[in-house]
Amino acid sequence: MTGTINIDGQNIPFEEGQTIIEAATAAGVYIPHLCHQPGYTPHGSCKLCTVKVNGRNCSACTFPAADGQTVINNSDEQQLDRRRITQMLFVEGNHFCPSCEKSGNCQLQGVAYHLNMLDNHYPHFFENREMDASHPDILIDHNRCIFCNLCVRASQEKDGKNVFGIAGRGINKRLIVNSPSGQLQDSQIDVNDCAAHICPTGAILIKRTGYQVPIGQRIYDHKDISEVALAQENDNGQD
Amino acid sequence: MKTFLTTILTDADYQPVRLLSLLRKIQSHYQHIPAEAIDILADALHIPRTQIIAVVEFYSFLHLTPQGRYDILISDSITDHMLDKENLLGYLSSMLKVKLGEVRSDGLVSLNNTSCTGMCDQGPAGLVNGLPLTRLDRPKIDEIAALIAQQRPVSEWPSHLFTVNDNIHKAGLLLDTPIEKGAAIKSAFSRGLPATLEELDRSGLRGRGGAGFKTATKWRFCAEEAAEQHYVVCNADEGEPGTFKDRVLLNSHANQVFEGMTLAAAIIGAKQGFLYLRGEYLHLYGKLQSVLQQRRSAGLLGNNILDLGLDFDIEICLGAGAYICGEESALIESLEGKPGIPRNRPPYPVTSGYLNQPTVVNNVETFLAAALIAVQGGDWFAGFGTEKSAGSKILSICGDCAHPGIYEYPFGITIEQILTDCGASDVLGVQIGGPSGTFISNKEFKRQLAFEDLATGGSFIIFNNSRNVLEIVQNFTHFFAHESCGFCTPCRVGTALLKKQLDKILDGHGSSGDVVELESLCQLVKSHSHCGLGQTAANPILTTLQRYPDLYAKRLKTISYEPGFDLDGALAIARRMAHRNDAGAHLSQVED
Repeated sequence: MTGTINIDGQNIPFEEGQTIIEAATAAGVYIPHLCHQPGYTPHGSCKLCTVKVNGRNCSACTFPAADGQTVINNSDEQQLDRRRITQMLFVEGNHFCPSCEKSGNCQLQGVAYHLNMLDNHYPHFFENREMDASHPDILIDHNRCIFCNLCVRASQEKDGKNVFGIAGRGINKRLIVNSPSGQLQDSQIDVNDCAAHICPTGAILIKRTGYQVPIGQRIYDHKDISEVALAQENDNGQD
Repeated sequence: MKTFLTTILTDADYQPVRLLSLLRKIQSHYQHIPAEAIDILADALHIPRTQIIAVVEFYSFLHLTPQGRYDILISDSITDHMLDKENLLGYLSSMLKVKLGEVRSDGLVSLNNTSCTGMCDQGPAGLVNGLPLTRLDRPKIDEIAALIAQQRPVSEWPSHLFTVNDNIHKAGLLLDTPIEKGAAIKSAFSRGLPATLEELDRSGLRGRGGAGFKTATKWRFCAEEAAEQHYVVCNADEGEPGTFKDRVLLNSHANQVFEGMTLAAAIIGAKQGFLYLRGEYLHLYGKLQSVLQQRRSAGLLGNNILDLGLDFDIEICLGAGAYICGEESALIESLEGKPGIPRNRPPYPVTSGYLNQPTVVNNVETFLAAALIAVQGGDWFAGFGTEKSAGSKILSICGDCAHPGIYEYPFGITIEQILTDCGASDVLGVQIGGPSGTFISNKEFKRQLAFEDLATGGSFIIFNNSRNVLEIVQNFTHFFAHESCGFCTPCRVGTALLKKQLDKILDGHGSSGDVVELESLCQLVKSHSHCGLGQTAANPILTTLQRYPDLYAKRLKTISYEPGFDLDGALAIARRMAHRNDAGAHLSQVED
C-alpha cells in the first residue's frame, strides 16, 4: 500500500510499511524524537514524537502510515507537551550540561534547544546514580541515561551481542550490563561496537575523546537538531 | 543449587517462556534469586543474564536479595486502610520485631506492603509466603507471631488464618444459570461453530475486563488470521484495587471458565490456552490444576475433545506481583517470560500475540458468559441489560457497606439501587471501576452502570462521610506510581511527579499555582502515556478535582508561591553536623 498522508497541511507520500516518522523524514519534515533511530526496531518509549493522527495521539515512530491520515505535528500545544516531556527527562536524571563532555553533541540538549526549553519546570529527583568507569575505553554515566533503549538494540541488532538491558520498574528503571560482575569491563563490548556510539546523551562515552572538538564548535552549537537529524537520517536511509 | 535447578528446568522443559515460573520456584526455595541461579538459568535457557535480572526487578514478588523465610506482605489497598490497616501493620511490626520494608537480622521474617491482594471484602489482608491471610486482627497477629517464633512451617499453620470466602450476596444471569460440564462445547458443535459465533455476536457480549471490546468481533478477527498457531488466553490478573470477582469465579465456577476458553479455541482454531493467574491467587493454583485434570479425564480437554476432533489444553501461568500485567499485551510479554511491558500497537494481539501468533485475550467473566451464551443463545443474553451493554455485570463491592462481596446485576442498574442492596448508608461517594475508573459523588447516584454511562471492570468501592477524599486520591496516586512499568517517559516520570505534586499539596506546601500545575500534569500523563495504566493514572485526581475543587483549595497556603520542599527540614543534616538546634539554626518557610 502506498499513498499520501497530510502532515500540518503538507501532503506527503509514503511507501508500504513505512511509519509516520519515516515518511515524514523522507519528505524533509522533522518530528522530534530521542529513542528512534532509522535502521533500528522502533521502540516508542520517549513519546517525544507523539503526533495527532486523525485526532488521536500516536507515536510517529511506531504508528504505520496509512492513506488519508491527517497528522498534526507542529501545533503550539504539541510543542508545549514535548517540552514538558523533555523536562521530565531532565529532572529524572542528573543532567549538568555545562560540565558534560557531550554538551553540544547531545541530542537531549539539542531537542531541548529546539523546543525552546529554558528551565526544568518540574522538581528534580536528584537520584543517586552511579558511574561505571571499569572499561578501558568506554564510560557509563548512569546520571545521563534516559532509557531510550538504543544501546540495548544496537548491541542486539547491530553488534550481535547482548551487552545492555533495561531492568527495574517505574521510576526505578536502570541500565544494566550483561557480565558476571555487572561491570562493563567484563562484558563483550568493544570500543568499535555500535552500542558504544549510539547513546543520544552523555550516558555512554568513549574515553579520551570528550574534548577533541572544543565546546562552541559542536553540532548543536550551530545547527538546530531538526536540520541535523533530517540530513543524517536521510543519509542513513539511503545506505 | 545445581540439582534443584536441573529439576525445575527439566519440569519446565528448558523453555525460556517459562522463566517467570522458574524464578517463582527459585524465590520460594531460596527466598531470593541468587546470582549463581541467574548464571545457570542464562546458560540453560540461552537467554541473556540481563533479561533474567530485568524480570526479577520487574515483579514485586521476586528479589535479588534474600527475604525472610516468613515473607509477610500486607495489602495496601484503600479498603485495607479503611479497616485500620496502618495500626495493625504497626502492631505486626512490633510483634515480629521487624521494620516495614526490612528483613529481620536473623533472616527469619520480612515485612512489606503490597498492592491490593484481591481480598477487599475480607480485609485487612496480607500474604505469607504467597498465601492469603484474611480479616487480620490483633488476636490473629498474636497467633502468627507465635507460629513464627516456633518456626512452624506455613503449611502447618491453622487453616482459619487462610479462610477465603466467596461472599456471593446477589446472583443474577451468570451466577444463577449453571451449565453441565461440556454443555457449551456440545451446543457449539451441534449448532455449528460459525453459527455459534453468530450467537455470540447477537448476544452483544463485550469484554468484561472494563474496556468493553465486542467479544465476537475479537474472536472473528483472530479466527480470520492465517497462522501456524492460535492461542487463547484467560486474563485472571485481577489487579485493579477493589476487584475480586475473578477470584470467586475461579474458586466456584472454574469449569465454566475453562469451557468458555475451550469454546474460543474451537472457534479461532487454537490448540493451546493459558490461564494467567495473578500471583496473589496462588491459593487457587492447586485447585485449578485439579479442575483441569478432571476435565482431561472427562474428555473435555486434551486430544479429540468429546470425539469432536478438537484438540486443546490449558496451562496455568502465575504472575508475580505486577498490576500492569492485566494489560493484555503486557500479559502476553509476561507469558513469554519477560517483564510485563505493554507492546506497541498495532499489531494487536488478535493478529500478533503470544509468540507473535494470533491470540485472543479475554477476562475470566467474559469466558464464563461466552460458555453460557453458547448454551442459551445470543437473544437470551441480549434480553438483559441495556441496548449498548447487553447482559449482566458481576461486581466486587467493598468499602463502607454492611455486606461486602459479590453482586451481579443486569447492566443499567442505578448506583442507588446497588448501595441499598449492599447496606451502604451515609455515603460520600463511590469509586467505580477502581482507581483507574471514576470517583462519583453522592449527587450522582441516579447514574447507571453501563458502558454508555459508568463503565466498570467490576470494582465498586464505597466511602462514607467519615472518609477523606484526598487521602483516597493519595493512596491511588501512589499505587499508580508504584505500578508504572516505566517504559514511557510520561508515565514513568509523570506518575512519580504526580505523586510528588499531590503530596506537596497535601503536606501543606502547596500554593494556588500548584493545583493548576497538578491538573496540567494530569492531562499530559493521560494524553501521552503508552498504555491504559498511564492514561488512567491521573483519573483519581482529575475526577475529584472536578467534584471537590474546594477540598484541594483548602489545603493551599494563601501565598502565591511556595517552595516544593520543606526549607527547614532541608537544614536538618546541617544542624546535626553543627550540633545546633537553637532558633537561629531554623528557617521559617517564608518571610512572615
